Amino acid sequence: MGQSVLALKAAMLTLAGNAGPVEILKGIDLDVAEGETLGLIGPSGSGKSSLLMLMGGLERATSGSVRALDADLTAMDEDQLARFRRANMGVVFQSFHLIPTMTALENVAIPLELAGHADAFARAEAELRTVGLGSRMDHYPSQMSGGEQQRVALARAAAPRPAILLADEPTGNLDGVNGQAIMELLFGLRDRYGATLVLVTHAPELAARCDRVVRLADGRIVGEDRTGVAA
Amino acid sequence: MTDIAATATVTPTPVAPRGWSLAWRIARRELRGGLKGFRIFLACLALGVMAIAAVGMVRAAIEAGLRDQGSVLLGGDAEMEFTYRFADEGERAYMTRISTGLSEIVDFRSMAVVGDETALTQVKAVDSAYPLVGAVELEPAMPLAEAFARVDGVPGAVMDRVIVDRLGLTVGSRFTLGVQEFHLGAVLLREPDSATQGFTLGPRTMMLTADLANSGLIGPGALFETKYRMLLPPGSDLQALEDATEAAYRDKGVRWSDSRRATPGVERFVDRMGSFLILVGLAGLAVGGVGVSSAVRAYLEGKVSTIATLKTLGAEGRMIFRVYLLQIAVLAGIGVAIGLILGVAVPMLLAPVIAASLPLPVAFAPYPLPLAEAAFYGLVTALLFTLWPLARTRSVRAAALYRGAGREGWAGWPAAFAVLALLALLVGGAVFFSGVPELALGSAAGIAGALLVLAGAAWLLRKGAGWLARSALARGRVALRLALSAVGGPRAEATSVVLSLGLGLSVLAAVGQIDSNLRAAISQDLPERAPSYFFIDIQPDQIEGFLARTEGDPAVSRVDQAPMLRGVVTQINGRPAREVAGEHWVVRGDRGITYAAQPDARTTVTEGAWWPADYVGPPQVSFAAEEAGEIGLKLGDTVTVNVLGRDITATITSFREVDFSSAGMGFVMTLNPSALQGAPHTFISTVYAEPEAEAAILRDLSKAYPNITAIRVKDAIDRVTEALGAIATATAWAAAATLLTGFVVLIGAAAAGERARVYEAAVLKTLGATRARILLSFALRSALMGAAAGVVAIVAGGLAGWAVMTFVMESDFVFEPVSAIAIVAGGVIATLSAGLLFALRPLAARPAQVLRAQD
Repeated sequence: MGQSVLALKAAMLTLAGNAGPVEILKGIDLDVAEGETLGLIGPSGSGKSSLLMLMGGLERATSGSVRALDADLTAMDEDQLARFRRANMGVVFQSFHLIPTMTALENVAIPLELAGHADAFARAEAELRTVGLGSRMDHYPSQMSGGEQQRVALARAAAPRPAILLADEPTGNLDGVNGQAIMELLFGLRDRYGATLVLVTHAPELAARCDRVVRLADGRIVGEDRTGVAA
Repeated sequence: MTDIAATATVTPTPVAPRGWSLAWRIARRELRGGLKGFRIFLACLALGVMAIAAVGMVRAAIEAGLRDQGSVLLGGDAEMEFTYRFADEGERAYMTRISTGLSEIVDFRSMAVVGDETALTQVKAVDSAYPLVGAVELEPAMPLAEAFARVDGVPGAVMDRVIVDRLGLTVGSRFTLGVQEFHLGAVLLREPDSATQGFTLGPRTMMLTADLANSGLIGPGALFETKYRMLLPPGSDLQALEDATEAAYRDKGVRWSDSRRATPGVERFVDRMGSFLILVGLAGLAVGGVGVSSAVRAYLEGKVSTIATLKTLGAEGRMIFRVYLLQIAVLAGIGVAIGLILGVAVPMLLAPVIAASLPLPVAFAPYPLPLAEAAFYGLVTALLFTLWPLARTRSVRAAALYRGAGREGWAGWPAAFAVLALLALLVGGAVFFSGVPELALGSAAGIAGALLVLAGAAWLLRKGAGWLARSALARGRVALRLALSAVGGPRAEATSVVLSLGLGLSVLAAVGQIDSNLRAAISQDLPERAPSYFFIDIQPDQIEGFLARTEGDPAVSRVDQAPMLRGVVTQINGRPAREVAGEHWVVRGDRGITYAAQPDARTTVTEGAWWPADYVGPPQVSFAAEEAGEIGLKLGDTVTVNVLGRDITATITSFREVDFSSAGMGFVMTLNPSALQGAPHTFISTVYAEPEAEAAILRDLSKAYPNITAIRVKDAIDRVTEALGAIATATAWAAAATLLTGFVVLIGAAAAGERARVYEAAVLKTLGATRARILLSFALRSALMGAAAGVVAIVAGGLAGWAVMTFVMESDFVFEPVSAIAIVAGGVIATLSAGLLFALRPLAARPAQVLRAQD
C-alpha cells in the first residue's frame, strides 16, 4: 500500500437547516492510500455523499482537517480549491452533470481547457474513443441516453489524468446493463491510470470490487471491511 | 503550499487559450441555446434605446434642418436688426458695402379692422426685394408683387388664413390698419422666414412698407423693429463680419445674426426639449433595466448547475464571471443594436408626418451622435443592472450540484464599487449629453429616488401581504389567502412588477399633475388677476382721451398706464452685458423701459431709495429685485441701456418687487424721468374690466385711435396654453415609452411565474379547488400588485408635481385626482391582463401530467 493521498481527522460537517443546525458528519477519521479503491456505503442520509464532497473540496469541513496529496483543503478558498481539483481530481456524479449547451467532445475538453492544455480537444477525442463514444462526439447531452451521458462524464473525469477519482453513485441512475458497463469502464480507467478511487454506492457487488469498504451510519464510520487483493 | 501541491501532478503541456479567450470560447458554447430565454431582456433594452435614439434623431434632424436652411430661415445670409428706428444713412452705406443684396423689413403689432370687427395682427412691411432667399406661397398662387398691386388706388396686402377667417374676409375685400385701407390681395400660406419670428400673439399681415406711409402706425415712439437682410458675397467670413459690425455698431443697439445660427431661440428650445425628453427616456431605460436584471437573474438561476459543474472541473470564480459577463455583453450588444435600428427606422418612416407637423425644416438621416448617445445609455444601463447578479455567480459553490444552494447574498465590495462607478458613469454621461446639469442631476435623483421608494414599497407589500395572509382577515377566504401568500412569498414577482410598472406610472402621474396644475395656474387663476387688455402704441397726445374713456367706465375696475420705450442692455459696470449676465433673459433682446418721478402705490422698494420727485442729475435706475439677484447686481452698479441708438448709463439706486406672473404691467427697469427726456415714446396701458364691457371699450378705442394696438389677455393665455399642451403631449409620449417598457417587464414577470402557477394550480385542483376559485386567486394577486404600483406612482408623481410647482414654477400645487385614479386603474388593468394572459395554461393543465412531470 502506498502513502496516504487523502487524510481526514475529526472532520465535522454541520449545515444550517430550517429547524437549526444539522450535524451531517460527526468526526470522521479516515486515510486513503495511494492507488487504493475505497467504497463508501451506508443507508440514505448516513453522510456518504457529504464525505465524498468533503474529500473533493466541494464542501468545507466545519471543523477537523481534510488533507489531499498533503495539501490542507480546509485552508483553501473556493478558487484555490478549483485549481487543486483541476490538477488532481476527477469527479463523477449520479446525475452526470454534463453541460447541456456543450457537445460530448466539448464537455470532455473543458477541464483540459481550464487547465490550459493546448491539445485539449485531441486528448478529449482520444478519451471519448476509450469509453466507446467515438461516433457521438458532436452530440449534445440531450441527444444521448443516460448510459452514454455517464460515459461522457467518466471520460471528462479521467481526461486530465487525476491522481484521485471520486464517484458518487455513478450507476444510481442507470439500469443494470448500463450500470455494469459503467463500472467496468470506471475500474478499467482506474487500473489503466493508477488513480486512487473513492466510490459511494448502494450496490453490494460494486462495493465488493473495492480494496476497502467503509460503512457509514448517522454521520459516523461504523465499520470497515477489507476485500479483494488488498484485503 | 497548496498551489505547489495543485500543480505538482500536472504534466507540462503547450499553453492553450486562458483568461478572456477561454471565457469567450465557453460563453460562445453557452449561447448556442439561442435567444429564447432573452426575449424580455432584448425587448426591454431595445425599447429603451429606441426611445432615446428616436428622440435624439428627431432633435438632430431639426437642428440639421435649421443649420442647412439657415439662410432661408433668416431670409438672407445675415441680418442687422434695429429697435424702434430705421437704419441711418451711415448704417445703410455699411450694409450696402458688405452685401450683394439688401432688403428692409419692418415688424410690429397692430389691429386690423373690418367694420366693428378688430383683430390683433403681427405686421410685416417689406420692400420689393423681399424675399431675398426662398419664396412666399400665396393662395391663389401669384407673385407677391401682384398681390400688393393697387386696386382703385388701394394698396394690396396678404394675410394669414387665421385672421382672414376671423375677420370674414375674402380675396379682394377691404380692411384697415391704422388709418390706411388695404385690399386683401391673397391668403398667405407660407413665408420662408417665419421660424425666426418666434412666439407671436397675432397672425401675420404683410404689405409694402411704402404703403404704410400714411397709416400713422410707424410714428415716433411706435414699437416697431426693422430688419435688414443681406446677401453676402460667396465665401464671406461671417465671424469676421459679425466682429466688425459689433465693433462698429454695438453702442447703437444694433443686433447681428447670420445663417450660422439663424434661429437661436428655436434651436435653444429644441435642444432643451430634446434633452428633457431624453431624460424622460432614461426613466424608460431604468424600467427596462429592472426587466433586464430579472431576466439575467432568472437565466443565471437556471445556470447554477452548469456553474457548479464548471467549478467542480476547476473553473475559478473569475472565469465564471467572465463567461457570463461576455454572454450578457453580447446580448446587450444585440439589444442595443435592435434599439438603434428601430430608433433610426421609426423616425425615418414617420419623417413625412413629423416634417408636416413641424413649422421647421427637418433633415432626417442616421446621425451618429444621437445613436452613440443612445448606445452609451443602453450598454451602461444593461451592465449596471446585471453586474450584481453576475458578480454573485462567483459565489456559487460546487456543492450546489447535490445540495440546492441559493445564490442570494452579498456579491462583494469590488462589485459594489463597480456598480457605483457605473452609476456615476451613467449620470455623468447624462450631464454631458444633455448639457443641462441641473436637469440631468435632478432627473437622475428623481429616477433613483423613485426606484428606492418603489423597492421599499415592494418590500412593504410583500411583508404586509404575508402578514395579512396569516391574519384572521384571510381565514376562510381561500382565494384571498392564496393571493396574499403568493404576493408575500419568496418569489420576486411582486418586486419586479411594482418596480417596473410603478416607475412608468410615476412618470405619467408626475406629467399629469404638473400639466393640470400649470393649466389651472394659467387658464383659471391668471385671468382672475390679469387685466382684460394690454393697449400699446398710445401716443402721448392720446393718453388723456384714452384714460377718459377707460377710467370713466363703471365696468372698468382699474387702469394702469406707463410711458414705455424699448432698449437693449449693452453693458453692466462697463463690461459687455452678456459677459456678466450670460444667457439671462434680461440681456437677451430688447426690454421695455419706463420712467417715473415717484413709485406708484403698488410698488414696493426692497432695497435702496427712490430718487426725489424733482431729481435732475446723472441717470438712476430702479431694477427688478429678483432678476437683479439672478444676474448678481447690487446697489451702485451701473447699467448701460441702448435706447434708439443712444447709450444711457444709469446707476442702480433701488431694487423693487416686480410680479411678472400676474400678466400685469411689469418693467425690469424704471429710470428717473430726466434720463429719458426727449426720447420719443408711447404709452402702454392695462385695463381691468368686466368681461361684458370688453367689446365696447375695444370698439370705441380702436375707432378713436386706430393706431393703438389691443392685446386681449385671454387670447394670449390661450396661445400659451396651446404651446404648453404640445409640450405636455410630447412628454406624455416619452412617458408612454416608459410605460410600454414597464408592460414588457410585467409580461416577463408573469411569464417567468407561469411554471410555478401551473404547479400551484395542479396541487390546488388535486386538493379540490375549482378553476373559478384558482382564477380569482390569480386575478386578486395581479390586482394587488398593480394597485400597489399605482398607489406608489401617485405618491411619487404627486411629490414630483408638488416639487416642480413649488420650487420651479413658484406656484401653488393642488392634487389632481382624476388622472391619479386613472393611473391606479391603469396599473390594475395592466397587471390583471398580463396575469390573466398567463393564467390560461395553469388553468387548462391536467394535474396528473403536471405532478408526474415534477416527480
